[in-house]
Amino acid sequence: MARLVILGAGIAGQTAALHARRRLGRDHEVVVVSPNSKWNWIPSNIWVGVGVMTPEQVTFPLRPVYEKTGIAFVQGKAVSVHPEGDGDSGKPYVKVELTETGKSGQEERVHYDWLVNATGPKLNFDATPGLGPQKNSLSVCTFDHAAHTSKAFDETVARMKAGEKQTLLIGTGHGNCTCQGAAFEYIFNVEFELRRRGVRDKARVVWLSNEHELGDFGMGGMFIRRGGYVTHSRVFTESLYTERGIEWITRAAVKEVAPGEASYETLDGDERSLKFDFAMLLPPFSGVGLKAFDRAGADITPSVFAPNGFMLVDGDYAKKPYEEWSPEDWPRTYQSPKFPNVFAVGIAFAPPHAISKPMTSPKGTPIFPTPPRTGMPTGVMAREVAFNIVDMIKGNATAPKRQASLAHMGAACIASAGAGLFRGTAVSMTLFPIVPDFRKYPDTGRDLDWTFGEIGLAGHWIKHLLHFGFIYKAKANPLWTMVPE
Amino acid sequence: MSATKPPAGTRTPFEQTYYPPVPTEFTKKMRTNLLWQIFRFAVINVKILRMVRKH
Ligand SMILES: Cc1cc2nc3c(=O)[nH]c(=O)nc-3n(C[C@H](O)[C@H](O)[C@H](O)COP(=O)(O)OP(=O)(O)OC[C@H]3O[C@@H](n4cnc5c(N)ncnc54)[C@H](O)[C@@H]3O)c2cc1C
Repeated sequence: MARLVILGAGIAGQTAALHARRRLGRDHEVVVVSPNSKWNWIPSNIWVGVGVMTPEQVTFPLRPVYEKTGIAFVQGKAVSVHPEGDGDSGKPYVKVELTETGKSGQEERVHYDWLVNATGPKLNFDATPGLGPQKNSLSVCTFDHAAHTSKAFDETVARMKAGEKQTLLIGTGHGNCTCQGAAFEYIFNVEFELRRRGVRDKARVVWLSNEHELGDFGMGGMFIRRGGYVTHSRVFTESLYTERGIEWITRAAVKEVAPGEASYETLDGDERSLKFDFAMLLPPFSGVGLKAFDRAGADITPSVFAPNGFMLVDGDYAKKPYEEWSPEDWPRTYQSPKFPNVFAVGIAFAPPHAISKPMTSPKGTPIFPTPPRTGMPTGVMAREVAFNIVDMIKGNATAPKRQASLAHMGAACIASAGAGLFRGTAVSMTLFPIVPDFRKYPDTGRDLDWTFGEIGLAGHWIKHLLHFGFIYKAKANPLWTMVPE
Repeated sequence: MSATKPPAGTRTPFEQTYYPPVPTEFTKKMRTNLLWQIFRFAVINVKILRMVRKH
């Protein structure tokens, strides 16, 4: 009997757990370790953040799904990985701090034969003084944060209804943030709601981000064919901001958020600040802070995890200048080079480098987005890793055969620009490959036949369908495998 | 880099500045035109499914 342990029950963890459980016979065990009792469809949190959805609509309890599918659930937070076991036994295990009511604070050893780290990001609000919902800005990264943000948004609207002018600041709260797409969706949903609630004329809506240009999204932007031209996403994005009357500040690293005022440094080295009445600024991401120990108890964290806390896998992590970056640097199987029975998927794996070109201000502040890892590629890599492990458990393979490199994979993404059955819109995009390949596609880095984008109501319908489709799938309801990753 | 939409009617002729393209009323209407969007819904779904099948 083999035991597969999956750390994390997000998009990656749930995908890996359900696929592995389905393919493995009952004589093998699948265990999920996750601190939260609920599953959250994170992309819909932006709708919770403007009051269009409730937290209940974007979450469901995990335990009944695991009971139905025969997956064991340990509600707790992994703190360390012991891939060689310890002095007593050579059996690998993960040390878990339980979070379940009644057991909170207790420690448990969860032994494994195969381990998938799908712990996602640590929302690193501490990287910027004053950043975050505990301090002076808001967030939509979790459903709790989004619900809190929705209340603050209602209060801001109420002040506008009373005749006050308000400045709403939305974007990234650090020079190395990723996930600009989420902030983009939020600012456009806020702007849409302000119009719907009849207070748009009282609002100054400002975008503040670490992107070099609008439309970068941490992917170095993209080119699409439109109207007889090959055009950069910057043009379309600037057009959209202009149309909706949203001001933008790019190439900015937020250095501090004081109550009602954000200070930032620009790529030119200028120090500036902006007063706000409402600020939703995303935090930078890091790994969740797992440690690793060898059998003797010595700390081997630096050989298992990158300094930013993400897990090292089969990528090429050698430091090299931007001009020498290659698509082949990107991992394919997500297997740890040090421990072949350990894998990391989704946001938890360490990208070898950024996708957008790294930039530094004259004062030495890095101001560029780190690579995004969105839902579709996250799901695909989790599925492929699960299938590889199943093959190895069943003896059908001795090494991972399936590959899911971001340099050979495309992505589809729908970014909401306002919710409404007949008046809503969303930007629909596909691009291939995610990591641009300038040797194969010298001018644009990507295949123009597979890269496109447009805005319209159809995108909103698709975004809404994805909401229901992915929650249906994560609940492992009948025919869930028909819903693609 | 920062930018603000110039308030309507304040653009000075021959000013050296950068204006992003702005959609015409027709383009904006088509974004929520039911018939056109039902057609686009089908087209976009095909594009997404092709991408999904690619992996
Ligand atoms: C507001 C927002 C909107 C987004 N919108 C989109 C979108 O429209 N489209 C899109 O494609 N992508 C979107 N994304 C990105 C998408 O959410 C991520 O790609 C995806 O969630 C990554 O999945 P993951 O499983 O790696 O991480 P997560 O989904 O974050 O899951 C991590 C899991 O690990 C658990 N965990 C954390 N620490 C531990 C620990 N120590 N031990 C055990 N478990 C742990 C967490 O509780 C969680 O269950 C959005 C992201 C945000 C924040």
